[in-house]
Amino acid sequence: MTRKTRKKTLPGFGITMGVTLAYVSLIVLIPMASLALMSTDLGPAGFWKVITDSRTLVALKVSFLCSLCAALINAGAGLILAWVIVRYRFPFRRFVDGLMELPFALPTAVAGISLTVLTTDKGWVGGPLFRLLGIKIAYTELGIITAITFITIPFVVRTVQPVLEQLSPDYEEAGLILGAGRATVFFRIILPEILPALLTGFSLAFARGLGEYGSVIFIAGNIPFRTEIAPLVIMSKLEQFNYDEATAVALLMLVASFVVMFLVNRIQVRAASFAGEK
Amino acid sequence: MKKHIAALLGPALAVGLLMFPAVSAPAATVELTNVSYDPTRELYEEYNKAFSAYYKGKTGNDVEVVQSHGGSSKQARTVIEGNEADVVTLALAIDITAIEDAGLIKPGWQQEFPGNSSPYTSTIVFLVRKGNPKNIKDWDDLTREGVGVITPNPKTSGGARWNYLAAWAFADEKFNHDEAQVQAFIKKIFDNVLVLDTGARGSTNTFVQNGQGDVLLAWENEAYLALAETPGQFEIVAPPLSILAEPPVAIVDSNVDKKGTRELATEYLNHLYSDEGQRIAGKHYYRPSNQKIAEEFKDVFVLNMKLVTIDDPLFGGWGPAQAKHFNDGGIFDQIYTR
Repeated sequence: MTRKTRKKTLPGFGITMGVTLAYVSLIVLIPMASLALMSTDLGPAGFWKVITDSRTLVALKVSFLCSLCAALINAGAGLILAWVIVRYRFPFRRFVDGLMELPFALPTAVAGISLTVLTTDKGWVGGPLFRLLGIKIAYTELGIITAITFITIPFVVRTVQPVLEQLSPDYEEAGLILGAGRATVFFRIILPEILPALLTGFSLAFARGLGEYGSVIFIAGNIPFRTEIAPLVIMSKLEQFNYDEATAVALLMLVASFVVMFLVNRIQVRAASFAGEK
Repeated sequence: MKKHIAALLGPALAVGLLMFPAVSAPAATVELTNVSYDPTRELYEEYNKAFSAYYKGKTGNDVEVVQSHGGSSKQARTVIEGNEADVVTLALAIDITAIEDAGLIKPGWQQEFPGNSSPYTSTIVFLVRKGNPKNIKDWDDLTREGVGVITPNPKTSGGARWNYLAAWAFADEKFNHDEAQVQAFIKKIFDNVLVLDTGARGSTNTFVQNGQGDVLLAWENEAYLALAETPGQFEIVAPPLSILAEPPVAIVDSNVDKKGTRELATEYLNHLYSDEGQRIAGKHYYRPSNQKIAEEFKDVFVLNMKLVTIDDPLFGGWGPAQAKHFNDGGIFDQIYTR
């Protein structure tokens, strides 16, 4: 293969790569570098003290666990929603399809406030739940999970949906004709195909949930050591004009979520190669 | 080789673009930006109209006031980071001091206008449910078991710091300056706190709309606003002792010098002290600093409350109070350690 033909298949590599690098450095690398730079003012000892503070660690734990729960719920629910929208024809299907984007369009504060009103122990949803089962949603971890689940559902639906659309029902039929049970068809034929997309949706939802501030603060209760999320710890440091410490916590969050995303990515690559092998 | 140059050129271009100064168009009419905090929205909406009329009558010039509201320290930060405010009218002196520390306001701003540069004051009162079912009369009652307290978080809300310090002032008197007991008292109050919202308006929502808790610690003006919006559901209880909140105003020196609006900005803040400005403040439930005008509102405000100021030796001003109570590792954090 000569240089010339390669150029033909990838026209304008130089300029597109240039744009890519510019874009990545402008919106990702430069802000990140300034983040890292700002926290260096603390020195290693100061940095260590900030990120090992028990309140910060508990807040991080709350953020990670709640986002994880929400992402897991959405992986299940989002798959079902996408499945229904793609595979069945029912009245208002287009409308339901459009509704999926609503959590993105809504300002997060509006989402947070309305979810809180609904789920307090006096709200339409939270009231009966509290009276019958004694479960409180708003101002507890459940509230945080509720808000994050609401905000991040489109990620799973919108990543799984196109893959399902590409997946012809013929495969399922073939499997059924050859004598496979419904479970086998799902786990051996459908799931391997959509798993990479599902994982992408899951990790997007998880990452977005970690950083979610606007909606969660209204529903969380924000009590330290119980329902305080990591972004709030960062915000309260900023309120004290404590930029170094705020960036230190932000950096820790960034590294932690990068590790998680990286791991999910590895699993995804394996899942994709597994799907390809079949 | 060429494509590599193109690849390198991209980021260089991007950096170059970043360094370009923003070009701003010249304003058509005289414009003044007032960066304020959340609960003053209605007050300044009315005041700006009154001031525009007054200024037009005096100079013949039209003035358009741009208002901006948000959490007090957040607003201060936007000014530090380049929001070209002509004047700031914030909740706490320490937020204006932060702008001073950034070099945008000259030292001594608090002596520039009468009354520590606070044209109106406020205090912290209790908002309780109709009929006061838990019989909450004083700060003591907030520590009782089964009383649900709603206050914003002192770490993120200026108003909440006043709540906290008012309770501190009460406990200091009650326990005769025994700080260990005072701290235990404050801890008991915060053990009763059900929801720590990030801002004052959030707390009002939690208490009023979402029905949480038995008592809301609130700015007097916020409490009256909630009362006016939901008649017959709540009552205001004024504790015998509380704190004198002095929300200060200041001219942002480097911005007005750059824009040539110093005269206008001074006029704008001075007019707050006029009878008209004072009455507008009173109408929006801020206590006028002019005693004569304050008397006109004696049916609204409990004027004989004992009000401790932040400059009382007990606190020693905002700087020391902030460092001792609210900074990371301060007393408020100690209350919330396990």
